[in-house]
Parts: sequence; structure tokens; C-alpha cells
Amino acid sequence: MIKTNKKGETYYESILRKGYTRRDFMKFVTYMSAFMGLQSSMIGQVAKALETKKRLPVIWEHFQECTGCSESFIRSDHPLAADIILETISLDYTDTLMAAAGHNAEEAKQKSMKENYGNYILVVEGAIPTKDDGVYCTIAGRTAIDILKESAAGALAIITFGSCSAWGGIQAASPNPTGSVPVDAIIKDKPIIKVPGCPPIGEVMTGVILHYATFGTIPELDAEGRPKQFYGKRVHDSCYRRPYFDAGLYAESFDSDEAKKGYCLYKLGCRGPVTYNACGFMEWNNGISFPIKSGYPCIGCSSNDFWDNGPFTERLENVPGFGIENTADKIGKIVVGAAVAGAAVHAVATNVAKRKELKRNECLGEVNEKNIKE
Amino acid sequence: MATTTFNYKRVYVWEKPVRIFHWVTVLSTTILVITGFIIADPPAINSNVEATNSYWFGIVRAVHFITAYILIANLIFRIYWSFAGNQFAKWDNFIPYTKKGIKNILYVLKVDIFLMKDKEHKLSDISIGHNYLAAFSYFIMTLFFFLQVATGLALIADNSSWFFPKMFHFIVPLFGGDIIVRYIHHILTWLFMAFIVVHVYLVLYHDYVEARGEASAMLSGFKFIRSERVDETEEDIIEKATEQMWDGENDESK
Repeated sequence: MIKTNKKGETYYESILRKGYTRRDFMKFVTYMSAFMGLQSSMIGQVAKALETKKRLPVIWEHFQECTGCSESFIRSDHPLAADIILETISLDYTDTLMAAAGHNAEEAKQKSMKENYGNYILVVEGAIPTKDDGVYCTIAGRTAIDILKESAAGALAIITFGSCSAWGGIQAASPNPTGSVPVDAIIKDKPIIKVPGCPPIGEVMTGVILHYATFGTIPELDAEGRPKQFYGKRVHDSCYRRPYFDAGLYAESFDSDEAKKGYCLYKLGCRGPVTYNACGFMEWNNGISFPIKSGYPCIGCSSNDFWDNGPFTERLENVPGFGIENTADKIGKIVVGAAVAGAAVHAVATNVAKRKELKRNECLGEVNEKNIKE
Repeated sequence: MATTTFNYKRVYVWEKPVRIFHWVTVLSTTILVITGFIIADPPAINSNVEATNSYWFGIVRAVHFITAYILIANLIFRIYWSFAGNQFAKWDNFIPYTKKGIKNILYVLKVDIFLMKDKEHKLSDISIGHNYLAAFSYFIMTLFFFLQVATGLALIADNSSWFFPKMFHFIVPLFGGDIIVRYIHHILTWLFMAFIVVHVYLVLYHDYVEARGEASAMLSGFKFIRSERVDETEEDIIEKATEQMWDGENDESK
């Protein structure tokens, strides 16, 4: 498929060449504009950009990952959404999806990086191990750090797909045996767009690339580097069970009547209130469902260090450093209890240690009491 | 018996704004702790009502947020008063940066916390306003209050359209995410409760041992100090106070 890409072709030209009609194209543009959070008046601008702009070369690196993000990506629900990235955007290198393998694949990457130096988008999936000179992830005999530095050097911008490349993910979870770090711990001089999630929603991934392709700029990012149009809201704020939350109607356990009625999963540890993602309105697998809709609390997979903030189905996480089963409430009760006990002990000790002083004051007061004038 | 009791003079220590600040803090902290724990672990009042007809949890949250803003305004006011207030309300009571302050902390630790003998019985060791150890603990608690306020505002920053909470959004990436920020907010609640226990106990302790109105001072504003510590004679004081009173009234009549 890479061979069919013609250099200098616009998105629209390549879409027509693939046999899609103008109508398919406009439907796709409308659909993606809505996903990108644009006004309907902007649809024309998106269409125009895709008609006139040259295709964007993309290099997709895979490091410590499970390929789940790639799986999610190729399931973007609109057929054109996957196509536009896999075929029309020159995905010049992605070792899991490309036809070429081994030396040929590496050659294709080197060629593309050279030809498009300073003009390609680097997509990174997976964290980068740094311990022991990075030996825990090597591809073609080279370490992940080495490969990342090389491919980042000529990149226009870096998109980190998935919680691993955005935050460190499961391999960076305590005790982080391989010293895994996210991309922004290594690359400091390039704009980085974080698209966290385990995995991120397919349409979100497509939408971010498309935003860049359409406007030539990185989308508006929040303080943590995530595109605001997809990560601006908490799952909680777009959750269809929110009315149950405000009404104080909660499922107390799985399989209870309340759970079956679709009550709020807050007390079952739902991380919706602290998780920024588009699950509530975009949903998954062609908009069929998302975890909460399927009756399972959000585990906060797009949050930083979500693996270390367990257990997932409990409201309060364990306090790190205090061993398992030690929540803040347990420790808090001990601290307040100790304060009360300490006060009680001190009160008794006061009466003992200061007994002379207290007794003297009492006697003096008694004398005064007896001498009150009529 | 030949012993005599000491003479005590009544001193205005806690001005009205300080007392109001104190009781607003008491009330708002109590409400915040209660609503905070309800929010952290809501009781199961599952009934057959439809979600549409009920909003109690939303109201609990609203009360929490409104009370928080009252507490914030209260704190800001107290900071202002630590420059405008009397000598016992001034900021330098709270930070023991002088030799005197450090000496006083050691004295309080020795005599009041570890209950050792006070051999010298120096009058100047007994603080009139805050003792330096207590005042320093309030300073530390103020810092924790700021952290609590900052984490709380950071958590609602994204739901708010007001610029004020949004200013605190930077806290979230600073601590590494909402989960951790929420956690700090929760743990600090317990710290405040532990502080309340210690604070109330020590106030009662001072009142019990010294018997000069430590507890009631936060209602009346007055504490009692040994008359030797006041320079002027009874007549002078009455004269000056009367002058002040009449001055005030003359000013108003003008």
C-alpha cells in the first residue's frame, strides 16, 4: 500500500484514486469535524484543507507496548478514518502494519526520514526503558532511546499514542523494573501531543492526526499536553449516569439491584471524576458502549500512574509506602485516635506533674471564697 | 492564712475581627469536613425515587464549594488583619524568627508539653496573646489550609467558568494528576481533624492550669494578666479609657 502513495498528492486526490466518491469524502469531513469539536461552519475549511494540502508523512515507532493502541486505531469506526491514515497519509513506517519487514522496513524509514527531514509527524506507541542503557527494549539491535532520539530529530511534532508513551504506562508502574519513562522525559525540544488512554479511542487518534493535517498546527493542548477537544472534559462530566451521582443513587456492589438499575458506580471506585477522556460522548467500537455503560467503573486508564492508584474497584486508593490495605481513612483514624489518646494522657500527667501548683491555686482561691464580704 | 492571691488585670487581646475570623473558621471547617467525608464516601440512601426527583448529593457538593469560598475569603481577610490588627494579631507572632520567639518555644515545650518544673517563675515567660509554639502551629496549619484550598480549587478548575479556580489548575500537573491531588485533599482533612483535637485540648489545658480565661477569651476578647505587667495605676487607666471613650463620641458628633 505504501507503494501506491504518490508524492505530492493531496488527501482528496488520493481518496478519489481509492475509489471513494465526493459524497463519501464530504460525509467523512463532516463526521471528523464533529469529532474534532469544530463548528459546522468549519466543515468547508476542513474539506478545503484536505483538497489542497499535501499529505503528511507519518512515522510510527513501537517501543514497550502491547500494540493495543494500533488495534484501537485500525478500528476507527468510519472506514475512511482508518484509510486516511493507513493509506492516504503516508504512514512510511510502522513495523506492525506495514508490508515490508526487516532490512527493507528499516530502509524505508531511513529514506523517508531523510527526504522529509523536519516535515514528518512522529507517532510513538509504548514507553522507553532507560535502565541498564536501555537494553530492555531493542529493535534491530538498537535501543529504544537511540531510535527515538534519531527519529525525533527530524520530526515536526510528536504524537504519543497511549498511556505508555504519554505517562509511562504499565511498565513504569511501581517498581518500574526497567526504568521506563514517557517520551517527554527524553525529548524536550519538540512539541509533544499526548493522546493517553489504554488504549485511546480510535477516533481520537485519527482526529489528532487529522487536526494536524488540516490546520498545520498542533491542536490546543491543556496544561498536561493533551488535546483539549478530546481531553477537556472528565468522563464524569459527560457520563450518562451523572444524574444518579447527583441524586446520591449508587450501586454498592456488583450484581446488586442498584447495579442492574444502572445506578452511579462512584462507590465501586469509578475514576470518572478524575479522568479526562472522551469515552462519555464518543464511546467505543463504533459508538456501541464504554466501560461505565457496560456496568464497570472507569479505571482511569488515561490518567497518569493509574496502575499505581489501585485497587480499581475501591473509592480510596492505598497509601503508597504503608503496605497494602492501608487507606488514608485507616491512617487518619489512627492519627486522630493518637491525638485524642495523647491529649488524655497529657491531661492525667498534668494533674500529676502540676499537682502542687494546682493545689496552691485552689487553696488561695478557697481563702478568698471564705473572705467574701457580705 | 497569710498567703495572698495575685491581682489580675483584664487586657483586650483578641479584637472582634480576630474572634469573628476564628468562629467562621470553626464553622466552615466543620461543614467542610462533614460534607467532605460525605462526598468521599456517600451513605447509601438508595430508594425507589427516580434520579430526576432527587439532588441531595449535588446539594452536599454545592454546600462544600460555597463553604470553601467562605473559608477562602476568611483566610484572605485574616492575612490582611495580620498587618492591620493589634500586636497580638500581627504576622510576626506566628513566625518565631527572633531569639525571644525561640526561647519561648523551648519554654512552652518544657513546661506545658513535657510538664517539667518551672523553676524561675518569670512573668515574661507567660505569653499574653499566643505563645510562640501555638502561633507557629497556626502558621503551619495556614500553609496546610493553603494547600487544601489550592488542591480543592484545582479539582474544580475544569468544571468552573470562573477565572479564580482556573488559576489553580497548574496544581494538577504539578502533583501528577487528579487522582493524586484528590488524595492529598483527602489526607489533609484528617490532618485538620487531628489539629482540632490538639488545639482544643491545649486551650483547655491552659485554662485549667493558668486560670486566666484562655478559652473564654475567644468569646469576650479579654485575657487576664498579672497586674505587675501593666505599667500604669488603676486611676491612670480609667482616666485614659474615659478620655478615649469621650474622644470617640466627640468625633461622631462632629
